[in-house]
Amino acid sequence: MGILNDFAKGLKVTLRQIWGERVTAEYPKDMREKPQRFHGRHVLNRYPDGMEKCIGCELCAGACPAHCIYVRGSDNPVEAPVSPGERFGFVYEINMLRCIFCALCVEACPTEAITMTHLFEMSTTNREDAIYTKSELLIEVDGTPNHMFPDDPLADMDELRKADGWMRAVAPGGRAAYEGETPWSESAGVGVRPAEPAQEPTRPLIAVLPDFLNVRSQEDPGEPEASIAEKAPMQEEEE
Amino acid sequence: MDFWDVLFVAARVVLAFVIPLVAVIFLVWGERKINADMTNRIGPNRAGPWGILQTVADGLKLFFKEQVTPRKVEFLLYAAAPILALIPAFMTFLVIPWGEGFTWEIGGKVREFAFVGADLNIGVLFFLAMSSVAVYAIVLAGWSSGSKYPLLGGIRGTAQAISYEAAMGLAIVAVILFASTTSTDGGTLSFVELVERQRGTWDEVVSLPGGLSWFENVLGLIPRWNILPQFIAFVIFMIAAVAETNRAPFDLVEAEQELVGGFHTEYSGFRFAMFFLAEYTNMFNMSAIAVVLFFGGWDGPTFDQWLPGIIVTFLPLFWFLLKTAAVLFVYIWIRATWPRLRYDQLMNLGWKRLIPAALVWLIASTVVVSVRQFGWPWA
Repeated sequence: MGILNDFAKGLKVTLRQIWGERVTAEYPKDMREKPQRFHGRHVLNRYPDGMEKCIGCELCAGACPAHCIYVRGSDNPVEAPVSPGERFGFVYEINMLRCIFCALCVEACPTEAITMTHLFEMSTTNREDAIYTKSELLIEVDGTPNHMFPDDPLADMDELRKADGWMRAVAPGGRAAYEGETPWSESAGVGVRPAEPAQEPTRPLIAVLPDFLNVRSQEDPGEPEASIAEKAPMQEEEE
Repeated sequence: MDFWDVLFVAARVVLAFVIPLVAVIFLVWGERKINADMTNRIGPNRAGPWGILQTVADGLKLFFKEQVTPRKVEFLLYAAAPILALIPAFMTFLVIPWGEGFTWEIGGKVREFAFVGADLNIGVLFFLAMSSVAVYAIVLAGWSSGSKYPLLGGIRGTAQAISYEAAMGLAIVAVILFASTTSTDGGTLSFVELVERQRGTWDEVVSLPGGLSWFENVLGLIPRWNILPQFIAFVIFMIAAVAETNRAPFDLVEAEQELVGGFHTEYSGFRFAMFFLAEYTNMFNMSAIAVVLFFGGWDGPTFDQWLPGIIVTFLPLFWFLLKTAAVLFVYIWIRATWPRLRYDQLMNLGWKRLIPAALVWLIASTVVVSVRQFGWPWA
């Protein structure tokens, strides 16, 4: 009779779920809160003074595993430079149909010019619209991001302002000693983006680590934060 | 035969087609909603209030879709199979009694109306015959599609129908046998008559020896439905009914993970809709027949002293539909819960469990019934 009991147990589970909580989000009506590190559409950032961050180095195109980024750099005009560097991204195109949203371009970018946002509604009615050019990707001088269909009810500009948490989460080398540091530059419109909350010094995980691993606990909390250059040799100390 | 007679016959013909269609609309919607509830989803909620028009929308879509005909099909049988699936489903629906008849005086004559398509005196046999014919549609659809998955589905359909029809038939025989003792008229195969014999309470048929007469008061509260003495037959019938309608956990005929869509893989558009319609009509029919055979059909409290006449007339219909809905809920509940059987398990359950169990139960019923009727052989 054990098998009958099992049958009944199964039936009880499904019956109980009738009164259970619904997991479906009624999408266009209520938008779900996205995870911090959600990989959405890219934007090209500017410095607060309006200069483009992109220096046309094509490292993003080189890093892209889907070969969906096309960049052509050009020398900055001397009298009206577009970026602070020598060169700037003259052509910048991303084919969103090929993009796999891996954020390797973000990782490769030396100037944090390209970041990913939380916007994922990118459906288009023809293939050409899926190739995002500089006019869609680059944010305005005042920090407003561009959208291909700004009148669309799904076009949420706030989502476009939210940078993917990846570049705000890890310090160079991903080392715990740099938690809370903001090694990234300011952007137009948003200023210096704060570090990802889970990486703040009050992270509970640190408390459960054994002492010899807990780098922060060995530091004097009253001491002012050491500069990045001073912290760098810590790798040797740990060993 | 006057104008009114013709009108009512016409109305009956129309209703015989419309009621199953409407029932299927609600059934499909109900299945999707209940399934969604049981898996913590919302289910259809766009078309109409609570998505109740979703099935209508889906049906319309299928109606206007292209009917793709693969090159290798045997066209005549391929086109006939969906119709063959639909006919037995509608025919079975005709013999199911929905409620008590009523009389209505119109056109200068008192006319009788019955809530049944046709009260056949061999209704049960007719139903068994029709449920066997239904399998032809599956076999023919599978074979004529000229494709391997439908063929496998069709072959499975045949084997399954043969295996489970025997058990179902034997379970029904036990019920018929039992019903033959509860009336002085002897045996019956009419669904209407079977329902009539389940009215009242148990104290009318059971007479207990003196010391136990207090128990008759308790029996007087329990309706005289066949479910109580024939519970085992009911369990066998329900298992066989789920298998006959090719529903989960016996849906090997259209096992999606193995056979794409099973026998209807190569069907699209309205032909597919016809298979779909037939499956759900069959499901409704089986539930209705389970209610008729085991749960007293339209029997229920009548409240004829308190309610106005028109409601009293239609209240049996309500009870019938309520019970049918309850059985259908169990169908859907099972589908949402249990995984599909493996093919050998299906055959084992059919031949090694259900048929012996049905046979034993039939013999046991026979013994009880004959002792009740003729006394002990040595007495």
